[in-house]
Amino acid sequence: MAKQKMTGAMAVLRALQAEGVEHIFGIPGGAILPLYDALHGAGTPKHILVRHEQVGGHAAEGYALASGKVGVCLGTSGPGATNLVTPIADAYMDSVPLVAITANVSRPFIGTDAFQEADITGITVPVTKHNWLVTDVEELPRVLKEAFYIARTGRPGPVLVDIPKDVLNSELEFEYPETVSIPGYHPPVREEPRLKDAALLIRSSTRPVLYLGGGVRTSDSHREVFAFGEFLGAPVVTTVHGKGAFPETHPLCLGMFGMHGARYANYAVQGADLLIALGARFDDRVTGKLATFAPEAKIVHLDVDPAEISKLVTATVPLVGDLRQLLPQLHEEVRRAFDAHGRPDLGPWRRRVDEWREKHPLRYRQEAQEPLLPQYVVDTLWKKTGGRAIVTTGVGAHQMFAAQWWKTSEPRHFITSGGLGTMGYCLPAAIGVQLARPDALVIGIDGDGSFQMTLQDLATASEHRLPIKIFILNNLFLGMVRQWQELFYSERYAETPLADLPDLVKLADAYGCLGLRARTVDELDRVIDQALANDKGPTIVDVRIRPEEKVYPMVPAGAPLNDMIGGE
Amino acid sequence: MERTETRPNGATHTISLLVENKPGVLHRIAGLFSRRGYNIASLTVGPTEVPAYSRMTIVVRLGSKSVEQVVRQVQKLVPVVEVRELSAQDLIERELLLAKIRTPERNHAELRALAETYEATIVDVSPDALVVEASGTAGKLDALEERLRPFGIQELCRSGRIALERGFKTLAPPSLKSLPSQK
Repeated sequence: MAKQKMTGAMAVLRALQAEGVEHIFGIPGGAILPLYDALHGAGTPKHILVRHEQVGGHAAEGYALASGKVGVCLGTSGPGATNLVTPIADAYMDSVPLVAITANVSRPFIGTDAFQEADITGITVPVTKHNWLVTDVEELPRVLKEAFYIARTGRPGPVLVDIPKDVLNSELEFEYPETVSIPGYHPPVREEPRLKDAALLIRSSTRPVLYLGGGVRTSDSHREVFAFGEFLGAPVVTTVHGKGAFPETHPLCLGMFGMHGARYANYAVQGADLLIALGARFDDRVTGKLATFAPEAKIVHLDVDPAEISKLVTATVPLVGDLRQLLPQLHEEVRRAFDAHGRPDLGPWRRRVDEWREKHPLRYRQEAQEPLLPQYVVDTLWKKTGGRAIVTTGVGAHQMFAAQWWKTSEPRHFITSGGLGTMGYCLPAAIGVQLARPDALVIGIDGDGSFQMTLQDLATASEHRLPIKIFILNNLFLGMVRQWQELFYSERYAETPLADLPDLVKLADAYGCLGLRARTVDELDRVIDQALANDKGPTIVDVRIRPEEKVYPMVPAGAPLNDMIGGE
Repeated sequence: MERTETRPNGATHTISLLVENKPGVLHRIAGLFSRRGYNIASLTVGPTEVPAYSRMTIVVRLGSKSVEQVVRQVQKLVPVVEVRELSAQDLIERELLLAKIRTPERNHAELRALAETYEATIVDVSPDALVVEASGTAGKLDALEERLRPFGIQELCRSGRIALERGFKTLAPPSLKSLPSQK
């Protein structure tokens, strides 16, 4: 490609096109005007105007998680950039490939406390894989190439490129590099994988559990995982980001474990003599008290990030590398070990796990005339859609009800804020998911508290006639916090009751969306049908649920994983 | 200030880093240490044989945390080209000490003798003060500092540790030309 003379702003546009970016999310402002001028009329990428930068960031995350591509969001200097900090931190915790492009004040103003100046590269150092302040326009093509490369490779994550306004206006001879050369970046770091050691551990285990995390989704290795899981015949548990890594309707799958996992899932982990952790990081929400976590288990830990190995739980055999490449090799090694030494008999272990499952199932009891239970709402939605939707959630009690009851069978079909726990995630993520997957049925399961943190972007969803369906499990409380207050703070409900505001049906109407409400079993049945039939734009459903309903079972923070409250 | 190899609150480790010589690198590294609770006992940074790279020597006190974990976290920082813990056995470590001593002239002879014992030099002399310069291991400088104290230390400045491993093992800057390019 011959070099071409153009402005920095135009170079950003060309870089986005070269990276195959189809949608970007943002909102213009003073410093980023040159870039918006370049985008205007460009056709590709298509810019989605959001009403708050945080929403643009989360929408880009939803887009990335649903599509497997890099999500891109824009913000202007100062508050535009700082509003992106939450989604960037969210993407960092959940390993979401995200490129945030911000404009800054012109170079002569940097460091002078100029209007709308913020040191966004300084601010985002701890929550990005890397970031850049581009002070020389000639560096723009290389930096953008590196930004996309770093965001999507190894353990993916967010990066930020901050470009002063006068750099956007400066001219350069543009040529987009085809390769990168970053001396300090080599993903993944491959030690010689100890596959034989891992295979021998697996061969000698009679109580193995397969523990799947978000890395399965990231590496698109659900097929390899499925083959391995079926071959092994071991019980499978997942993290919230592992949902869909293995079909939750499969007899081997025990679903999510951890703080709100099923009893049988937690008991299986605690009773295991071997945990095979694939693309997971032993987060405190799944381990409970570390000292008592899986006390008899040896650990095979496969992850692309060497820093996750033995960070919290010491790996007996660490395997560092790309799951999709390494797992088939491990599978083959295990097959050889089984051929040579015979298969371990997992029958007694499977029967014990099945007994736990029969004795302590996840359950609820919805009486026809009683207030709606959140479990029933999620379960009914799942049944009425055949479980084929892509679900996004907010953060709180509704999120855990969704995680427990939405049986996810495909990867990239349960999209949630797991690590950072960002309330307000549901609607923005649903916007991004629907744009990435225009033909998919996208259902949001949100809470009344969570929804109100980003609801202004109903305007965005409505403007683009995105047929997302947001079911708000409305208990007029910050439900998860209320649950902790009931259990651990003597039922003192400090600032958790929420006023019955706004009227969600009227609000939907004001934003040009279909607004519905359900209070009873019958009404729920009807509004789900209405929502599913509406393909003209967004549907908002105000589902009034029993306020006192708690998420059970529950492992209190800091307690051993099998020391659970409720759900006997 | 690091004074001894081991203290009640945990052993120290010497970590050597080769980093890209770019703005903000120190911020990234210091920030990582602070947010993950790794206690920096000393940190030095300076140029290397290749202008594009700087070498950092960080002495870190870890309590119960593992030094492997620190190395792996630091390795994830993009401007960090190489990082390794230097083993205590193979370590050549040096630190620089400057001390301004205010003492009557009659004590100067004794001070000079002390300096000589520690291979220190007197680099500035005025009627009622002189400046001692010494280099060596942290332990040696600790000892010197203790001996200087009775003379009346007015100001003390220590550089923090720099270190290299013995033998031919290096944390050499990669030649940019031979780097494989990544698609």
